[in-house]
Amino acid sequence: MSTFHGYVHVPFCKVRCGYCDFNTYTATELQGYPQTAFIANLQVEIELAKQSEGKRELQTVFFGGGTPTLLPANELAEALELLRKNFGIAGEAEVTTEANPDTVDEAYLRVLKEAGFNRLSFGMQSAVPEVLATLERTHNPAAVATNVAIAKRLGFQTSVDLIYGAPGETMEQWQESVRVALAMETDHISAYALIVEPATKLARQIASGEKPQPDEDLQADKYEWLDSELAKAGFEWYELSNWARGAAATSKHNIAYWQGRDWWGFGPGAHSHVAGRRWSNVKHPTTYAKMLADLQIPSTDGEILSSVEIQEERAMLELRLREGLSLEVVKGLNENHAQSISELVASKLIEGKDALQGRAVLTLQGRLLADFVLRKLLGL
Amino acid sequence: MSPRAKTRLEPAKTNPDFIRNFCIIAHIDHGKSTLADRMLQLTGVVDDRSMRAQYLDRMDIERERGITIKSQAVRMPWELEGQTYALNMIDTPGHVDFTYEVSRSLAACEGAVLLVDAAQGIEAQTLANLYLAMENDLQIIPVLNKIDLPAAQPEKYAEELANLIGGDPEDCLRVSGKTGVGVDALLDKIVRTVPNPVGDPNAPARAMIFDSVYDSYRGVVTYVRMIDGHLAPREKIQMMSTRAVHEALEIGVSSPEPEATKGLGVGEVGYLITGVKDVRQSKVGDTVTTVAKPATEALKGYSEPLPMVFSGIYPIDGSDYPNLREALDKLKLSDAALVYEPETSVALGFGFRCGFLGLLHLEIVTERLEREFGLDLIATAPSVVYEVTMDTGAEITVTNPSEFPTGKVKKVLEPMVRSTILAPKDYVGVIMELCQGRRGVMIDMQYLGEDRVQLRYTLPLAEIVFDFFDQLKSKTQGYASLDYEEAGLAEGDLVKVDILLQGDQVDAFSAIVHKDKAYAYGVMMTGKLRELIPRQQFEVPIQAAIGARIIARESIRAMRKDVLAKCYGGDISRKRKLLEKQKEGKKRMKMVGRVEVPQEAFIAALSTGDEKKGDKKK
Repeated sequence: MSTFHGYVHVPFCKVRCGYCDFNTYTATELQGYPQTAFIANLQVEIELAKQSEGKRELQTVFFGGGTPTLLPANELAEALELLRKNFGIAGEAEVTTEANPDTVDEAYLRVLKEAGFNRLSFGMQSAVPEVLATLERTHNPAAVATNVAIAKRLGFQTSVDLIYGAPGETMEQWQESVRVALAMETDHISAYALIVEPATKLARQIASGEKPQPDEDLQADKYEWLDSELAKAGFEWYELSNWARGAAATSKHNIAYWQGRDWWGFGPGAHSHVAGRRWSNVKHPTTYAKMLADLQIPSTDGEILSSVEIQEERAMLELRLREGLSLEVVKGLNENHAQSISELVASKLIEGKDALQGRAVLTLQGRLLADFVLRKLLGL
Repeated sequence: MSPRAKTRLEPAKTNPDFIRNFCIIAHIDHGKSTLADRMLQLTGVVDDRSMRAQYLDRMDIERERGITIKSQAVRMPWELEGQTYALNMIDTPGHVDFTYEVSRSLAACEGAVLLVDAAQGIEAQTLANLYLAMENDLQIIPVLNKIDLPAAQPEKYAEELANLIGGDPEDCLRVSGKTGVGVDALLDKIVRTVPNPVGDPNAPARAMIFDSVYDSYRGVVTYVRMIDGHLAPREKIQMMSTRAVHEALEIGVSSPEPEATKGLGVGEVGYLITGVKDVRQSKVGDTVTTVAKPATEALKGYSEPLPMVFSGIYPIDGSDYPNLREALDKLKLSDAALVYEPETSVALGFGFRCGFLGLLHLEIVTERLEREFGLDLIATAPSVVYEVTMDTGAEITVTNPSEFPTGKVKKVLEPMVRSTILAPKDYVGVIMELCQGRRGVMIDMQYLGEDRVQLRYTLPLAEIVFDFFDQLKSKTQGYASLDYEEAGLAEGDLVKVDILLQGDQVDAFSAIVHKDKAYAYGVMMTGKLRELIPRQQFEVPIQAAIGARIIARESIRAMRKDVLAKCYGGDISRKRKLLEKQKEGKKRMKMVGRVEVPQEAFIAALSTGDEKKGDKKK
């Protein structure tokens, strides 16, 4: 049986950033749902999950959002305690929360640490005020370094998230952000190319010409520069948007996603994957609360994956990892696998040496073209 | 007003003195079908209840486009001064592509109703058909239609018609097909002025085929006009061009539903059914005689339909190729002018090079293939037939630009047309500019009335098959009308321009163009493709070349990033679904060497300008 993992989605934000299409709500968007009811609702879902899954010990826990740290620290502690009580949490389990630099301080982090949180992922995005403004991030960039220092002192593992390729961001601005991030000496960095999601404010601004289209070539340049800079600082990539100083510093929770483990996603709009079945919860907190009041698991849809789909997902996810994808999976999905693989080696998108040993491992160029490599491997 | 005929004359033994064979010559939209409907109602052959709009236009496409593709003949009784007559109305196709079929329909008549919209005046095509009718010595009855319209100017256009055909403007009848006004007077006038048919009832049978229609239940229905003698059911009949012998299983007249008769006599118009399944066995213009008493001389005027415009037609989904073949085989049964042979394109896969009478014919065929057979198709840019003579003296006929020979070419002959354009005088300038830009040479220009001008130009057919008509329409706000006829071959300074993607020639984009236009074509096509082809994992040069000489180049830069940066719990289903979608998209990709080209890029690159489908209606 697969290991079991828990995700808690806290769907609240002070303001909505222009690029964001996550399931999150500002106070006005909550339409009367009281944030204070959240833990009580969560408790009902946790108990329903317990009835369904039994007491499966959680190997990792991750609080994401939205802005989990918009909740008082004691509520996050309480939520973690509910999980511990119902499922148990493994002794060495990684317990992470995303943290907005403006919503935490030493006292707040101390409460989390005592409750059992041991990893913090800070939404830094950029160190450059103009870029943060474009992204409509409201935090004070200096607060990140301050809080990372506190977190490290308190014994947390730390990570910062960066976004590259915001409209108008120059190479120099990006390099500045990376240098600032490196100076904080976290043991983990995630960096994402900005994706212009449909129906976001940013998409509308680009469509109307108010902001320029992100330049994909420049994004590629930024990725390459970042990768080499991180390597110099002792980071290794272990997933194509994630770098860590050594295996111990990787995010075990995220690796569980990429390895197709079982997890339950709690909270409005959270996705779950248990025993070959995927589903997601209803999105709005009000609907979520209503279903839980009727003691219904608040899921909206679900699908049972076919064996082919399971293999396709493996290919899709494992290819993104430094360990790469077993070519056995490719052979099962693509009649012309030999030719596809050989072409990818020839065009230097996957490592030749690893291919000979039965794995598709992306090269630097391959990481930037990972979706193309995947289609090619699947014979599409 | 004449009353409806109380009795009908019995077919097979109608005295030719009481037969009137006529057709209606009209431009699209000038109301021919509506007038025909009114005649059917007035003569009582269709009762008011079963009357549906445009009764005679059978195919959906015809009714939608308001044009007649296939003609038919209807027998209607009409009484004048106590005598019953049999009127045969022979419908004529209304488009320039079908001139030959028009000429055969006219040859089956003694009279023609020249129907002109009283708000628009005569159009080029009507003029062309009028010319044919007068050449055939038909009695012309000028009629202005739609006189109920507020915009009607009957005096002005009666004058115009009188100028064209001679006679007094007062002779011009005024009717409204919509309200029925004047239609009975028109029927009377047909009886009075159209000569009765003349033939020898005792001579060997000779019947001219003026139309041949495939019916999925009955096989081929052949429409004939009896010239001499008599045909009877169960007789062995013979087609004089092919010597093929069939049995006349059924002979009858349409009224307008088919009614079997005891035969057809001199001057009569009706149909034969022999059980054959292919319209090619019953060719328009051919003469039908009997085996028992064969005629020695066929009627004049028969010729084989010649395709003028060619296009490669390919299924978008390669696995539809057998279905396309089957569809063409079926379509051929009802369309004697359609020719095709298998063709392979590096870019588009397996398909057919199809020959058409003209652009409308091409459009109708591709539309029928898509609609009636549910196929998704790509058609290459229409081209014409070139006769190429090499330095070696070898002669090559080229119907597909990509087959244009590469060696030393001595001369190239291309088909020419003599075109007639009618338009209000304000547009003369833009029309002349357009024609000159298309290598046109003016023959003459004359005023038809105070403000309408007729321009005649000799033009290479290749210059008008692409988007000439659309251009003409848009430059004249829709006022100009166009007609053309073949005008032999002429030598042209022509070259083949190839388009290369990463060094591989894309045969579907090869074009034969005038030397002076090669560069412009090259720049246009490479530029278009650079916009249409998505970036690949490598740089893709796009070149236009004449032989080995590159005349234009563009390049698509290599794609450097194709990855979704984030892939966490909630993204997984979404990403897999995207992958499924890409699988479907892949089916619509064609490989040119290593370059993936979306079907949409081919379609867009092959389409004319930025005009959209469906705008071509008029």
